[in-house]
Amino acid sequence: MPDAILQAVDVTKSFGMVKAADGISVEIRAGELVGIVGANGSGKTTFLNLTTGYLKPDRGRVVFMGRDCTGLPPRVITKLGIARSFQIPQLYTNLTVLESLLLAMAAQAGKGTGCWQPLYRAEWTTEGLQTLDRFGLRPYARRPVSELPEGGRKLLDIALSFALRPKLLLMDEPTSGVSIEDKFQVMDTLMKVIDENRLTTIFVEHDMEVVQRYGRRVLAFNDGQVIADGAPDAVLADPEVRKAVLGRA
Amino acid sequence: MRTLTVIVIDGTVFAAVLFLISIGLTLIFGVLRILNIAHGGIYAFGAYLATFLALRLLGIGGSPYLTYLMLLAGPIVVGLIAGPLIERVFLQRVYGRAEAIQLLLTFSIFLILDDLMKLIWGTQPLFVSEPYTLLGEFTITGIRYSWYQVVLIGVSILFGGSLVWAVRGTRYGKIVVAVINDREISQAIGINVNRVYMVSFTLGAFCAALGGALIAPTIAVVPGFAVDATVLAFAVIAIGGMGSLEGAALGALIVGLIRAMAVHLLPEADLVVIYLVMILVLVARPQGLFGQVELRRI
Amino acid sequence: MRARLPWEGVVGAALLVAVPFVLPDWMKFIVTLAMAKFMAVLAVALFLRANQVTFGHAMFYAVGAYTVGFGVKWFGVRDVVLLLPLGAILGAAAGALIGLVMARYREVFFAMLNLAFSMMLYGALLKLYWLTAGTDGLSAGVPLFLGYAPARDHLRDFLYYATLLAVAIVIYAVYRFLASPLGFYLKAMGDNEIRIEYSGESVRRVMYLTYVLSGALAAIGGVLAAFIVGHIVPEYSFWIQSGEFVFVALLGGYASVVGPLVGSIAFEFIRTYASKYFPNEWQMVLGIIMLAIILFRPGGLWAIYEAIAARFARKESEVQGA
Repeated sequence: MPDAILQAVDVTKSFGMVKAADGISVEIRAGELVGIVGANGSGKTTFLNLTTGYLKPDRGRVVFMGRDCTGLPPRVITKLGIARSFQIPQLYTNLTVLESLLLAMAAQAGKGTGCWQPLYRAEWTTEGLQTLDRFGLRPYARRPVSELPEGGRKLLDIALSFALRPKLLLMDEPTSGVSIEDKFQVMDTLMKVIDENRLTTIFVEHDMEVVQRYGRRVLAFNDGQVIADGAPDAVLADPEVRKAVLGRA
Repeated sequence: MRTLTVIVIDGTVFAAVLFLISIGLTLIFGVLRILNIAHGGIYAFGAYLATFLALRLLGIGGSPYLTYLMLLAGPIVVGLIAGPLIERVFLQRVYGRAEAIQLLLTFSIFLILDDLMKLIWGTQPLFVSEPYTLLGEFTITGIRYSWYQVVLIGVSILFGGSLVWAVRGTRYGKIVVAVINDREISQAIGINVNRVYMVSFTLGAFCAALGGALIAPTIAVVPGFAVDATVLAFAVIAIGGMGSLEGAALGALIVGLIRAMAVHLLPEADLVVIYLVMILVLVARPQGLFGQVELRRI
Repeated sequence: MRARLPWEGVVGAALLVAVPFVLPDWMKFIVTLAMAKFMAVLAVALFLRANQVTFGHAMFYAVGAYTVGFGVKWFGVRDVVLLLPLGAILGAAAGALIGLVMARYREVFFAMLNLAFSMMLYGALLKLYWLTAGTDGLSAGVPLFLGYAPARDHLRDFLYYATLLAVAIVIYAVYRFLASPLGFYLKAMGDNEIRIEYSGESVRRVMYLTYVLSGALAAIGGVLAAFIVGHIVPEYSFWIQSGEFVFVALLGGYASVVGPLVGSIAFEFIRTYASKYFPNEWQMVLGIIMLAIILFRPGGLWAIYEAIAARFARKESEVQGA
């Protein structure tokens, strides 16, 4: 039985009257590919924010690889091995695509604050271009990030997280904002990279089809709680889940 | 004990003027999210114009009692001209651009205003004492005070109070608060955000000019006192919390009292002490006393 | 940052080397001073890349200048070779100290807190008469170059070449800095701090290290300026001096390393002419030019040059391609 990589234990967070996270307890094991579904405001993104340190839980613990991470800032948690992509891609608009990736690689190598050797060094550049290739972004390598199309922005956002060689990858709505035709293409690209590297992955998704097709385990969120947890078919057929997430049974 | 009373009174008077300048600055920051470095320049302009108008009035034989009218008229003119002019012609062009650029824009306007005043009114000090001396003095425990100082405090409280009421109580005030809290949603529900910007800036400019006009009769108006005012006003709202009206009041009181203490006890260090306090407050509580920590939504 | 060194760099360097032979004395003085101040402008430009304005870097400039002042007054040290690195170290130390506070702040607070610190220094320099001679100022005396005292006729040229050498070294160092991961993180900081934190890097650390570097740079400028001008006064730390550095960074263009140098030289010439024709409206002239740049050509002079050069290159390739 693979070990637990991430454990959330009774994680709770309130914003005023709203309980964005209500005693969430989950265990993610190594190699899993977990989809998270839920209506808007059900606490999915909050969960990601809590596990990556952007928010501090009012109660409960977050344990990663056996180490208590509760309350640590994102910078430290990232260094420990969790990488995350965002609902709205967080990019460096004034750098080029390749430069953005190189910066992530530099950080991963612990050379982010190096001030003498150049960013564009042979080993990194080659590897960076290869990574861009895998994500289908090679043509944009030397272009400014601002020139990327929407789907490309998403992919770059994920590529930047991937370049950190994380042990756990969290993706927040990887296909939102991507056109319907491109959705599956994007997911196929991602899945290939994930499988090749056997990355433990959690992805938040709105699109049921995407979750059904790519997830191997699904968590359903509602009102800050996990109301279902299991195989995609079972969870997505559950009437309670359908009512909460889709609004109908 | 006597020094203490003097300090408290002096500090409060100073706080009253600071409040008028700062409330405009914090309003502009709250609504437009821009620090108006030109604010001190507008303050000085108000002082110059009001003093100039009052002197002219006296020159043509007008009643000294009418100088008070000039103290009001000057700021109104400055506010109504400088406000829309600066906001529409200049600020509007840099909305949405990098904050550094916005700061530099208001800084360049400050430079222009500073020299403009020198150009118009020369470098000799301008002074009209009538508004101050007309009201006479009174004595408490052997220390002489002027009724003007009392009026100053009164006007400041009145003004601050009405502004807070206007913002909390009136419909338009609530619109302004809505824009402060969330620009996008305000626009989405049909609020004319551009108009709110202009009105807020104009109102802020008027407050600054009024502060300058009111303090002018107590000091000589000289070039260069705009800088001190800008930095002090910033210290006030930094301490109180940028964008907070109550913060401006509390900050003004704190800075006013500290300055009075420094002037009477340690004159060598007067500005230094204020900078130091500002640094200490910000280190302890970066968002200021009444400010809110804003976490970006991701 | 692509290697722009090809022919412009060579021509530019050649021009600068030729200056002492070609230009009259008063122009030489202007260019020398411009080169010294360029270092401080560069310090400001670094932060402008990260979308941060500092209204207080004159304080480090003053640290450098007063290093010379105190060195001469108390220790009788007048050697440029000694005082330059000393000034740089003191500037870096000041940056390291103040940076502890500064690195946490951005934008408005960063700008105004820097102003506050610089004005505090100004106040101290002004009031501590027994130490600094207040507004009377300190004298830099005649500089030595590794013990060598040049003849009076050659002193100016010596100082010029010493400054030019410093400029060359600084340009190279900053160029490398900007091409390094830290340099790119500095630029990224102006775009997206969250992404930096989520890469495992600390934005505060990026700010802090840059701040220390900027302190050293501005101080080097101050050391040279002290010798060039010969007189050291508290105004070196005044907000107007900081404002001038910011203006020049904007004028020359802060996106490159050379922009600030071009801007600085242009600025000193503008100032010389303006003080002749508009002595009382100098600030206004600055303000108007600044407005014009912000509204119409935010990239500054260097961007204008690059645009022209690009148009030339395109025209040439069109002619050749056809």
